Amino acid sequence: MSLEQFKNRNVGTQNYVKLDVGTSPKTSMEKFKQVVRRTFKGELFVGLGVVMRNMLKALFANDMHTVKYPFEKMPISPRYRAIHDMLRLLESGNYRCIGCGLCEKICISNCISMDTRYDENQRKEVSEYTINFGRCIFCGYCAEVCPELAIVHGPRYENASEQRAGFSLFEDMLTPIDKLNLQQEYDGFGAVSPNADDNIKSTPLAY
Amino acid sequence: METTLVENLPQVTWIGVLIKAVLILAVISALAGFGTFIERKVLAFMQRRLGPMHVGPYGLLQIAADGIKLFTKEDIIPQNANKLIFMIAPIITAATAFIALSSVPVFPDFTVPEFMPIIGGTFVPSIASDLNIGILFVLGMMASGLYGPLLAGMSQANKWGIIGAARTAIQFLSYEVVTGLSILAPIMLVGSLSFVDFNNYQHDEGVWLMFYQPVAFVLFLIAGFAETNRTPFDLLEHEAEVVSGYATEYSGMRWGMFFIGEYANMITISVIAAIVFMGGYNPETMLFGWSIGWLLIILKIAFFFFLMLWVRASWPHIRPDQLMWLCWKVLMPIAVINILVTALVVLV
Repeated sequence: MSLEQFKNRNVGTQNYVKLDVGTSPKTSMEKFKQVVRRTFKGELFVGLGVVMRNMLKALFANDMHTVKYPFEKMPISPRYRAIHDMLRLLESGNYRCIGCGLCEKICISNCISMDTRYDENQRKEVSEYTINFGRCIFCGYCAEVCPELAIVHGPRYENASEQRAGFSLFEDMLTPIDKLNLQQEYDGFGAVSPNADDNIKSTPLAY
Repeated sequence: METTLVENLPQVTWIGVLIKAVLILAVISALAGFGTFIERKVLAFMQRRLGPMHVGPYGLLQIAADGIKLFTKEDIIPQNANKLIFMIAPIITAATAFIALSSVPVFPDFTVPEFMPIIGGTFVPSIASDLNIGILFVLGMMASGLYGPLLAGMSQANKWGIIGAARTAIQFLSYEVVTGLSILAPIMLVGSLSFVDFNNYQHDEGVWLMFYQPVAFVLFLIAGFAETNRTPFDLLEHEAEVVSGYATEYSGMRWGMFFIGEYANMITISVIAAIVFMGGYNPETMLFGWSIGWLLIILKIAFFFFLMLWVRASWPHIRPDQLMWLCWKVLMPIAVINILVTALVVLV
């Protein structure tokens, strides 16, 4: 069934199929017959069988649903938007952030605050960068707008803290330099799409 | 060594009965506590969960944790409740459940070893009081246990409690007829009300009464589920409808006593079903030269206990009007017809 059929709000034009739910008994003889039929149908035992099968499956086929949460975790989607990560360049180990300030501008809850300066090579460097997680609504705009894939949403979702307003510093979110080989590329908001290479067209130089 | 022939038994003294009573109290309360653990585990497995896992290995010490919690909780008595009745009601449930067990054969009879001080050499019977009307007494005691929920619900000044009490009344009036009538047919066959005679009858015939009286067996099981307030007849305290029914205002050990009573009743019904319909504790059943009758009856009781949990995990519960309809319009006529047929067979 296509999506258009669900979006059709014109009552009466849809092609509904009614379920065959049978008829309820009218006379007392019909009622009696229904009781007898249901009594000897054995449907209750089908239910018992289903439950027993599930129990055996859980016990002997190792098919338990329970995840013992603090000790084991489910894998989460790469598109999950949890605490931010600051990524590094794999080649140089330098951080990717170029201090453009787009994330600070686009942040709709005003939780990113950053300060930049020119270093001795006249390159922008980030001198201050904090995210107030008491305000952050994890909308993902910062990750989407970042031109360098420098700020992304990581998988760290356990962010209970002692204070309502928890601040995170740039260094805390930055990939540790010794874990650089473990750094994962981000698949979520603002990431390069898998078919990005096909979509690139050469810029027309001659008009 | 073990024999149930009454003339071979040593003299039963009051000390023996006292020891037996204490044994029943201790073991069945412990079993009732363990029953809650088993119930939680089995229900969890049937829903493919793990159940209690953290207290002790595989959650085995969960009973201890629950016990500590229940004993140390504040005993709250609502302001407008009828205090005396409110306080007595859970005791009625627990006490009647254990009184019912006093005339049921629970463990094998044994003699206390001679080296024990004071009680050494005392013969401890398998039934605390071997009444010749055992079945009537047990059923009567379990029926009077329904006063617990009834009084509890009416005394607590809570609308959910009142509804729970009203449901207790209609449930009691509905199933009690079926219980009595369904077990009447096996009684007619055996010609006795003593559990020992039921056991011996099935041993002599070589066939379980379940196969002579399949209709009575099914009816008794259904009524037994209603008697112990188990799903599908757990109208008294069904959370989705009446919060917790008669137990709404209870806390701590008074609340716990309702549940000890309920689980003791489950064990009693299982014991009755195992003895009356499934052959009982046949001491002459031999395996490799050992008498395994007591092992077999424990297995049978465990099966019925498991059946109650199994049914709870599988079936939805029914409305009060459906329960009355079922008991009065379906089960009671079937039970009466069953009695008539049995009577004809016994006569001819």
